[in-house]
Amino acid sequence: MKRIFFVLTALLVTFSMLLTACQQQTTEPDEPQQQATEEVVSEEPSSKEVAVIIGFTSSLTGSQEVSSKRQVNGFTHWMNQVNESGGVTLSDGTVVKFDYKTYDDESNAERVQELYTRLITEDNADFLISPYSSGLTSAASIVAEQNGKVMITAGAADDDAYKTGNTSLFQLYTPGSLYMASTVDMLVDLDPEAKIALVHESDKFSTGVAEGIKPYLEANGFEIVLEEGYASDTADFGPIVNKIAGSGATVLLGGGHYNDGTALARALYERKIGLKFVYLLVAPADTKFPELGDAALGVATSSQWELAATHTEEEANNLGVEWFGPTGEDFATSYEAAYGDPPTYHVAGGYTAGLVLQKAIIDADSVDPEAVKAALNAMNLFTFYGGIQFDTSEEAHGLQLAHKMVVAQWQKTETGELKRVIIAPADVATADPVYPIPAP
Amino acid sequence: MQQINLLLTSLPDGILLGFVYGLAAMGLTLIWGVMNVINLSHGPIIALGMFGTFFIFIRMGINPYIGLLFIAILGLIMGVFIYFVAVHRVINAPHLSSLLATFSVNMIIIGLGTAALTTSPYNVDFNVGSFRLGSTTILGTRLVAAVIAILFTGGLYIFLYRTRPGKFIRAVTNNRAAAELMGIPSTRILALSFGLGTMLAAVSGALIATFFPFNILSGGGYELKSFVIGVLGGLGNPIGALVGGLILGVLEGIIPAFMETSWVPVIEFGLFVVILLVRPQGIFGAKK
Repeated sequence: MKRIFFVLTALLVTFSMLLTACQQQTTEPDEPQQQATEEVVSEEPSSKEVAVIIGFTSSLTGSQEVSSKRQVNGFTHWMNQVNESGGVTLSDGTVVKFDYKTYDDESNAERVQELYTRLITEDNADFLISPYSSGLTSAASIVAEQNGKVMITAGAADDDAYKTGNTSLFQLYTPGSLYMASTVDMLVDLDPEAKIALVHESDKFSTGVAEGIKPYLEANGFEIVLEEGYASDTADFGPIVNKIAGSGATVLLGGGHYNDGTALARALYERKIGLKFVYLLVAPADTKFPELGDAALGVATSSQWELAATHTEEEANNLGVEWFGPTGEDFATSYEAAYGDPPTYHVAGGYTAGLVLQKAIIDADSVDPEAVKAALNAMNLFTFYGGIQFDTSEEAHGLQLAHKMVVAQWQKTETGELKRVIIAPADVATADPVYPIPAP
Repeated sequence: MQQINLLLTSLPDGILLGFVYGLAAMGLTLIWGVMNVINLSHGPIIALGMFGTFFIFIRMGINPYIGLLFIAILGLIMGVFIYFVAVHRVINAPHLSSLLATFSVNMIIIGLGTAALTTSPYNVDFNVGSFRLGSTTILGTRLVAAVIAILFTGGLYIFLYRTRPGKFIRAVTNNRAAAELMGIPSTRILALSFGLGTMLAAVSGALIATFFPFNILSGGGYELKSFVIGVLGGLGNPIGALVGGLILGVLEGIIPAFMETSWVPVIEFGLFVVILLVRPQGIFGAKK
């Protein structure tokens, strides 16, 4: 009896944990971080003030926590700056101010759908910002599209969501299929004989990036000697690292997000398998990555934005494209003053999501969703974050066309401190790539 | 040939990790064996052990292996505390009551842990070197962890079979009513057993933290493995738990040599079901 009970319970726990892994619980939403503010009373009776509510979920817990919080910080920083400077004034004198409504999505796609429905139907959000990560954004985008709400997708690079006939999504990140392109271009110059291991998290974004770069690798004559996915919650990368070593690979391209990326970087360092170059998605772009110590040395990543390679008004003028918003230096200084931490590209993405929405409202001279959508479709803009232009074709509406990525690598300064430097493309590089990575 | 090489490379890793899995499972199976309580706070306790290493090493600068002593003592005290607060009142109630009681403790620890420590990953940048053994690299942290797991297992065995309190635990395990008639203070022995089980979980977590990043939710996976190991090795059998841990560790080492790593949980839990069907008492049988 005792044993049967134990066994039944063990099975129940196993089943429930599997369910948890697949969909997580659907509990009642947390209290919102900030309630929608009341409409601001105008000082001048002749002008009208409206509060535009922007809805989004943030991953306060779960696997996307680190990057999601940074994205939200970036967005709220933009909102605070705009509101403090008096909001956006339309031609009829209406002053538009911004507020937001958000809930913790627990990094859980099921919860994202539930919460975005709530944001639209109960909280009456006027516009939406995506959650962080392609998987969560994919879930949210369905709800946004069904309700015809404009959604600026910030931390979501996967291409697929824009190829399903959506008309309300607008992507800020460089599409996943192009994520590693600059890195491959760099490898063509550095080591055209490199043997590639593509080892990535088995989620939507990372798989999309890996699948997207394969044709480009092959077109450039690289041999892919290992291709393997791993579960998002993998902690022991020992067997995978052994597999990379056994494949004869000299370069690793892969990773996924922060948690798995740090674990993989550490396992690679500890096992000293002699890779010449290691590129991981997302994790090395975070300012916490150097907590790995020497395991961070030499690890490279693609970055949507780096202060050292920030885009400038001069660049916009040379391209003949309109410039909008603060300089990269002003953005970084004000953010660091407010949050005490230098901004990562996740922060820049969150900030730019607000900035793009602000510009669309200015261009539309209205907060009407259809007018704003039309302004977004027509947008061709340059900010400190880079180019912003959306695909307006039926095949890939909303896909980002103008934004370009840089390749960053953790290197040691003369004083022995780890610093992330830009190594490609060559025209914006601040340092030469460390290739091959010195043996630990 | 390449797969054989990969197998030989990954096998030592799996074996070393298996000892630590076994130590974690021993805590779960000890509590079940003595008092018929399925401790669902096992996972968060493992996670707290991980954070113990983090704070002792990163914040206080104390060697993690010396810190293990503090973590073991704190684990023991915490286990006794949890027993008296959450388990003792329902020890004779239907099993569901104790299950829910420990589940509540689980939720409390995770809730407090999430609030205080977030779910961001923590990393203990600790290294005791490594050496080559043929084509494989043996990591010092895993080797030391395996040795410590074996020492704890040996210590537990000696405690249970060579000391008076240990014999009391075995007596209570066999027949609580008869033990009480013989003058054994069963409440204190049950609290001690719960404390020991919790201590083993905390120590295993402390060891795991020396080689894997973690957060407050990381214990869940090891709790699940502990259930599988418990069934493999035999419920209530500490030595069986260690061997069960080894089996699981070896599986995790060799499966990736032949197929994608995503097949590891499929095979592990497939084996779990097979053992339940073919030999539900576990490979080594339950020990009274």
